[in-house]
Amino acid sequence: MSAAGSDKAKTGRPPLRGEAASRRRFLGEAARMACGVGVAGLLLGLYARQGTALPANALRPPGALQGDDFLSACVRCGLCVRDCPYDTLRLAELGEAPATGTPFFLARDVPCEMCDDIPCVAACPTGALDQELTDIDEARMGLAVLVGHETCLNYLGLRCDVCYRVCPLIDEAISLDRQHNERTGVHARFIPTVHSDHCTGCGKCEQACVLEEAAIKVLPRELATGELGHHYRLGWEEKEAKGEPLVPGVIDLPDRLPEATP
Amino acid sequence: MTTSRHMGQQHAGLQHPGATAVAEKGWLRAHKWLLLRRASQVGFLGLFLLGPWAGIWLVQGNLTSSMTLDLLPLTDPYVLLQSMAAGHWPATTALIGGAIVLVAYALIGGRVYCSWVCPVNIVTDGAHWLRERLGLPKGWQPKRQTRLWVLGMTLLASAATGTIAWEAVNPVSMVHRGLIFGVGFAWAIVAAVFLFDLFVSRRGWCSHLCPVGAFYGLVGSASLLRVSAHDRAACDDCMDCFAVCPEPHVITPALKGALKGADKGASPVILSPDCTNCGRCIDVCSIDVYRFAHRFDRRETDWKAAEPAAKRAA
Repeated sequence: MSAAGSDKAKTGRPPLRGEAASRRRFLGEAARMACGVGVAGLLLGLYARQGTALPANALRPPGALQGDDFLSACVRCGLCVRDCPYDTLRLAELGEAPATGTPFFLARDVPCEMCDDIPCVAACPTGALDQELTDIDEARMGLAVLVGHETCLNYLGLRCDVCYRVCPLIDEAISLDRQHNERTGVHARFIPTVHSDHCTGCGKCEQACVLEEAAIKVLPRELATGELGHHYRLGWEEKEAKGEPLVPGVIDLPDRLPEATP
Repeated sequence: MTTSRHMGQQHAGLQHPGATAVAEKGWLRAHKWLLLRRASQVGFLGLFLLGPWAGIWLVQGNLTSSMTLDLLPLTDPYVLLQSMAAGHWPATTALIGGAIVLVAYALIGGRVYCSWVCPVNIVTDGAHWLRERLGLPKGWQPKRQTRLWVLGMTLLASAATGTIAWEAVNPVSMVHRGLIFGVGFAWAIVAAVFLFDLFVSRRGWCSHLCPVGAFYGLVGSASLLRVSAHDRAACDDCMDCFAVCPEPHVITPALKGALKGADKGASPVILSPDCTNCGRCIDVCSIDVYRFAHRFDRRETDWKAAEPAAKRAA
């Protein structure tokens, strides 16, 4: 039995000929192509999407567009890597966690030296590193966080201070805040405190930390910062702004302090 | 075909395409364009490797974007197109670089990129060479338009994910970047393309699937530099050019167009944007039917005028 014959036997309709047959064949082929390539596209999309996740210790160069925007702009050419005078930056190799071919650095290995002329940004042809960034102090590659409260030598009451000393923006991005040392009862502790409005995330502190595993780490800013509820009002700031108590007529009673022991 | 003059005795057959050309023209002339092409491919790679390997920084970057002598920016317009699809408007340097590349390939033939520059071509040509030696069957042969669908798909995927999607897997940039910046597991991609072309699909990657080639094919749709079968009247149907051509369908209209069928009266110039201008057909033709020409060069050897002279000479 011929193919046409069996076709008729199955459907009860005469076999398609001429234009109708070629139209059907064309539609069939187009559908097959669309489905096949569509499946490939789905896999590609999922894989590309996954590449947008960046491990917390991998930092982008200064001026890098935030998050997903970076991968829409970076063509992975490595010109920023070439112009980095300290070999801080490198391109992710296939198999490493950052999206393959994209530039990053690990602060603990080689931190950013914060060049005044920002050669990496100047080299970027596409604007993945924002040309608007002209003052390196305005860079926000990440945010240093003192995560090791139990291991930081200054927390233990010693005077290490290394992270504070190496900070390119000493006393602005990191200050030492004095606290009472409860353990000895008589000494002070000098707590390294990072200020998010100045920290560029260069990673000098993380690299310099003397511990086996750094107690201070540069993290992506969205991981490293909290955000107040937008309805929050800080009473003391409101009071100062108004110049008088917010609720008039509230009696301010004297505080009762413990009496001094003789 | 009775028009063949040498068929059988003189041609070694499709197992050894080009053998006649070697016998008639000598090995060097029968491999001229192949050797030039390999030199070009290795040369372009060498320019990029000169910096990291020898400290001579003529060119920085890689094939997706580079800076030559701190003066000439070049950027892959296909990557820029994906970047735009992903929602980013590239900075001026990249746009200028992309425009330069676009204009250059629009003139000399988009797929010159494939045959004269792309490092993956060496890999797939190697796979093809071995496949022919082993006498493997053609295997899976998706339609040649598949690459256009893949091209469209990569743009859609870029738009949907907000990333330059094809760069996540592109073997071309993986290989090139791997050699220059550190290879990682990129060698596995090279191996995958090689094995795919060797065992799964004859000329599968470059001639059927690769969207980079599809893009550059479109760029070069109206390119000036083309191969012309200017002496097509002398063709003896040995089929060697079809055997070596990575895109054999491009030959027929130009080579046989004058004779009959829908292409009757067609130009002897190979006009299909799929042609990579590799020049291998020029090499393997023992009677020099082909030469490089421009797309409006319809001149061809007048067979009827030449015939009596040939007879007299004989």
